[in-house]
Amino acid sequence: MRHSTAWLPRLQESMPHTEMSPPSDLVSRVFRDPATIRKFSLGDWDRLVRQARHAGLLARMHDLFAAQGISSVIPNVARWHFEAAATLAEKQKIAVRWEVGQIRAALAGLELPLIVLKGAAYVMAELPAASGRLFSDIDILVPREALSEVESALMLAGWHTVGLSDYDQRYYRRWMHEIPPMQHVRRATVIDVHHAILPDTARYHPDSAELRRRAVGVPDFPGLAVLSPEDRILHSATHLFHDGELPHGLRDLSDLDLLLREEAKAPDFWSRLASRTEELQLERSLFYALRYVRHFFATPIPEHMDSALASSAPGRSQLAFMDAIFRRVLAPAHRSCEDRFTSAARMAAYVRAHWLRMPPRLLLPHLFHKAFISLYQREPNPA
Amino acid sequence: MKLLQLPQGDLRERLAGEGIWLRTGPFSIRVTSNLETVAEGLSELYGQFEVRNSREAFADFHVAVNPPSLLRSWFRPQVNFSFDGVEPFKPLPLSQAYPMLEWGLNWCVSVHARQYLIIHAAVVEKNGLAAILPAPPGSGKSTLTAGLVLSGWRLLSDELTLIDRKTGLIHALPRPVSLKNESIPIIRAFSDEAFINRASHDTAKGTVAHMRPPKSSVQRQHEATRPGWVIFPKWTSGAATKLAPRSKAQTFMFLAQNAFNYSHLGADGFRVGITLIEQVDCYDFTYSRLDDAVATFDRLAAAPARVNAPH
Repeated sequence: MRHSTAWLPRLQESMPHTEMSPPSDLVSRVFRDPATIRKFSLGDWDRLVRQARHAGLLARMHDLFAAQGISSVIPNVARWHFEAAATLAEKQKIAVRWEVGQIRAALAGLELPLIVLKGAAYVMAELPAASGRLFSDIDILVPREALSEVESALMLAGWHTVGLSDYDQRYYRRWMHEIPPMQHVRRATVIDVHHAILPDTARYHPDSAELRRRAVGVPDFPGLAVLSPEDRILHSATHLFHDGELPHGLRDLSDLDLLLREEAKAPDFWSRLASRTEELQLERSLFYALRYVRHFFATPIPEHMDSALASSAPGRSQLAFMDAIFRRVLAPAHRSCEDRFTSAARMAAYVRAHWLRMPPRLLLPHLFHKAFISLYQREPNPA
Repeated sequence: MKLLQLPQGDLRERLAGEGIWLRTGPFSIRVTSNLETVAEGLSELYGQFEVRNSREAFADFHVAVNPPSLLRSWFRPQVNFSFDGVEPFKPLPLSQAYPMLEWGLNWCVSVHARQYLIIHAAVVEKNGLAAILPAPPGSGKSTLTAGLVLSGWRLLSDELTLIDRKTGLIHALPRPVSLKNESIPIIRAFSDEAFINRASHDTAKGTVAHMRPPKSSVQRQHEATRPGWVIFPKWTSGAATKLAPRSKAQTFMFLAQNAFNYSHLGADGFRVGITLIEQVDCYDFTYSRLDDAVATFDRLAAAPARVNAPH
């Protein structure tokens, strides 16, 4: 991070607030209205492929077109891009199932509840959100008191921590809700071991025991569970708005869209979601998540959810500011979706996420370290 | 329109502006660069390739080769390859701008084009059958490839063997042939027809230059070919020319390990690989003299059509 933060107030005055998502964002436009591709020029397809690749949504778009029966609309020159992405996504699904089996086997002796999170959970539970999902790691949730046993068991099975500076190692272990990523020595697969879904230092961090208590087993995979539908959605929502860097923000938001559409088939889903959100004090995160998922993906959300969350909404000017930030950072990370405020918006989202994750006495030294000490160290960035 | 029909001034202007739209084998690329060496490389090596209006709407790969920033280029001249804004490699010294474009284009194809099983191998064709030449660096693969295509074999590719997953046929990507170190003078001496561009020194692979692909190979770049042989060349000083049969099972394992995307294709990668291996004859090939090597390949290609046609 080589920027100063002096621009923050200036940005708030000057950022235009009107349009919700940049007009050039073809990816979310296609997800909102797939039939729009019938009117696409070849130039539109060029931009769509490039934006969708940067957003990590090429494979999911392939599945969308197939489900809508409009794959034949894709021009011949563009088709292979979608098919090639879908090929990799299919292969990764198989690999994730196999890898989760390896993790379960490695931890079998510990007799603890093993919960998979995020993408791997969608694959294991065979949810629509698994569609076209690409993976860089597998996230698991284990009880905090079992962390060191889990780490040793994974090390025995070939996973180990790689390539982090001492500072980052300490940062993870002291302040984060996960231990440093562990990579398998032969397969190079990466596991993120979490003991909670948000850091202890965050303003609100749900009790992990409470999440584990409601977890649901995966059929045909004894010993493995995923979070309950409401908790899964709240995890996805909080993750989006507590994570500093959002290279796949739109993909994550699309996950949330698919999770919501799937669960909303159950008649009492929305009231269950509302009461669970209140219980875990995550109303503000859900407010933002629903706001942006609706704007980018036109997710059907009943009006009573708006009234239920109205008291958690920020003030009007703060909301306008947040809109200006998130409509930029959640758009595909491609230059055709950027304007002159995009990099400032990314910086603002980064600072804001850290602000939510840790109190100022921790935040300022951390940002200082990230800005000046790690500037020339090319390492995986935990935060 | 062919690139050589584009006036030099236009080429430079387009390259630095909207980009040059090029068709190479099954892929369309748009290249932008403000570097003179890149303009020179394209104009010397890609003359026979089709270019279109720079407003051509769709390109598979949008790539750029440019110095990272003015400030940094002032104290340490460097060059970056960018694939639509993503920089997959560390910057290289400015003198390696042209080879970096070629390496970057290979990368674009090898990590994205999953409609093919892509093997790290040269591939050439004669009489309707392709010879796949996989080999580790230093085995003389590029020298042999250049020698063969200067002797009437068609260049399909010097690095990327593209096997169509649906048809099992090999698609051509006849971009310039990369030559390293001693092979540069060897090929210059081998044929007067060889055009080799200016060498870049001190790259990770030593001295590197590129040979212009033969005109006929470029003209036939949309013709797919049936696989005929997998031949592992090995240049050994003073060795007699020798073609020895090789196990199909071992050859399959080697190809799978040396494919760029075998593991990304799941079971289909295995199916495509097996279909290929059933159609080909496999050999180890030792040589020291390029003339003799070419003669051996010519005899192989002249042999009567074999019975193991594809099933």
